[in-house]
Amino acid sequence: MSDTPWYNRGLFSSLNLRQKTLLTIALTGLLLAVIFISGMMIDANLPTDFSIKMRPPSFDHIFGTDWMGRDMFIRTLKGLSLSIIIGIGASIISSIIATLLAFLASVNKYCDEFVSWLIDLFASIPHILLIMMISIALGKGAFGVIMAVAFSHWVNLTRVLRAEVLQINTSEYVSLSKRFGKGKLWIAKEHILPLVLSQIFVGTLLVFPHAIMHESSVTFLGFGLSPHEPAIGIILSESMTYLAMGAWWLAFFPGLALLIVVLLFDIIGDNLKRLFDPSQANN
Amino acid sequence: MVKINNKKLAKFLGYKAIRLLILLIVIAAISFIMIQLSPIDPVKAYLGQRIVSQEQLAIMGEYWGTNLSLGDRVFGWLSTLASGSMGFSLIYRVPVTEVIMQKFTASFILMAVSWIISAIVGFGLGVLAGAKEGTWIDKAIKTYCYILQSTPTFWIGLVLLMVFSVYLGWFPIGLSVPIGQLSDTVTFWQWLYRLILPAITLSIVGIASITMFTRDKLISVKQSDYVLFAKARGESFWGIIKNHGIRNILLPAITIQFMSFNELFGGTILVEQVFAYPGIGQATVAAGLRSDVPLLLGVVIISTIFVFVGNLIADMIYEYVDPRLRGEDDE
Repeated sequence: MSDTPWYNRGLFSSLNLRQKTLLTIALTGLLLAVIFISGMMIDANLPTDFSIKMRPPSFDHIFGTDWMGRDMFIRTLKGLSLSIIIGIGASIISSIIATLLAFLASVNKYCDEFVSWLIDLFASIPHILLIMMISIALGKGAFGVIMAVAFSHWVNLTRVLRAEVLQINTSEYVSLSKRFGKGKLWIAKEHILPLVLSQIFVGTLLVFPHAIMHESSVTFLGFGLSPHEPAIGIILSESMTYLAMGAWWLAFFPGLALLIVVLLFDIIGDNLKRLFDPSQANN
Repeated sequence: MVKINNKKLAKFLGYKAIRLLILLIVIAAISFIMIQLSPIDPVKAYLGQRIVSQEQLAIMGEYWGTNLSLGDRVFGWLSTLASGSMGFSLIYRVPVTEVIMQKFTASFILMAVSWIISAIVGFGLGVLAGAKEGTWIDKAIKTYCYILQSTPTFWIGLVLLMVFSVYLGWFPIGLSVPIGQLSDTVTFWQWLYRLILPAITLSIVGIASITMFTRDKLISVKQSDYVLFAKARGESFWGIIKNHGIRNILLPAITIQFMSFNELFGGTILVEQVFAYPGIGQATVAAGLRSDVPLLLGVVIISTIFVFVGNLIADMIYEYVDPRLRGEDDE
């Protein structure tokens, strides 16, 4: 038995680790882009055809059809692209919040205490409950969900960035800069931000899977997108009505598709992390 | 034997109690303001599609308190909270404390069962994966955890429901009480029978993090010098895992498990919704959807205390039980 792992044999054996990481990112990214764009192109108002309602999966409708004769594959694609939009919005906003708070923490001791306290505060309410409350406060809908997910997912990234900024702040070149009379803002912009930019970027991508999952969860509970949207959460909560009748395909495939999208984002995030942070690559 | 310094413990607990108090006040205030800011009219949310006359609407408004000003509402709620009661649930029509006590007991059993299952199974799998690092067993367990971390909780519930209730017919579909029976007359076995699927779902979700943690810890223990020395002494492989591995990682693993109360509570809400288990999760969703503000706030407060207690126990294990972390001032 040879010691080379499976990916070092065969087709990809000529590539090094970096090229392989890049290839993985490119392929997963392409797949997600295809899902997203095809979902965006689809008109949300699918034709209803009661003559083919509740059909199990077949070659015509690979995910089956629902009680109104709509093709589940198309509805799932549409739902996934909605999830991806919400995920993009939520993770960008949450990393903006995280970045701002991390820099706020570096201003002085009291600000640092305040940010730590905020982190504790947000970590002490169960996530789902927090998302529900914020979504209710903002009147549900896409805006409510994006804000709710954004405001509950900045905690981890803030912790990481705060530690990073603190470390950079104690470095020699920053104290040298201070001696030269540079302002705090200038140091933050010129010395700290460029160094943490890759962390922010990776952090945003790593929030993504959680954001999508939590979005579908609150939508499933009825606190997210309105029932008219073909979101995955809506599709799954509708499917519960038909489960007892044996319509397993209504719940199985959309959930599986969501799982795959979440996994793909996870893979991209992990691989980008390796690319940006080679010291961690062996873990 | 664990030696505990009473004075230090009292100081520690007092500090934690003050923290909890501040936390609860802030969370209660923020949640109340957030719900009051909501553009959703609670009366309309409660009525749904039903058609009512203007007079009835006015009566409803009075019952709900929507005709009061924001200041009156904040004051009224705070004064009832200060008197030790959390108000009156609008949809269950009994005091909030009563609803929460009843529902939380049901959920607590569900959470406790799945918490223990996931701790035991997760720890076992983690030790197995860590011990057999690099083999197919390790890879299988790792892949399983990796996929599980990306799976929405409620979907696992739906899949289990489809397989075991609909397809195999082993378990009932939802409903924690058999049809045509009062909830008081449910026997222990009937109730246990209905607990199985939700508990399994919740444990499957909880396993992933504890398994990965145990695995990583065990691998780092295996690379340590004392394990190398134990090997040199000729101890058997599983003997080393048992005497040096598990003894070292058991306590951190328990700590991690206590810190997972946050996810546990979130998972319970979803699982109860899927299986129609009448616990705190269902009450939360009902309260949120039908704008039962007192009940929703009560749940927020209770869940915050619940998560806090989990973290407190984890902290106490760190501070007092773990012999490696006990400071010199304890002696």
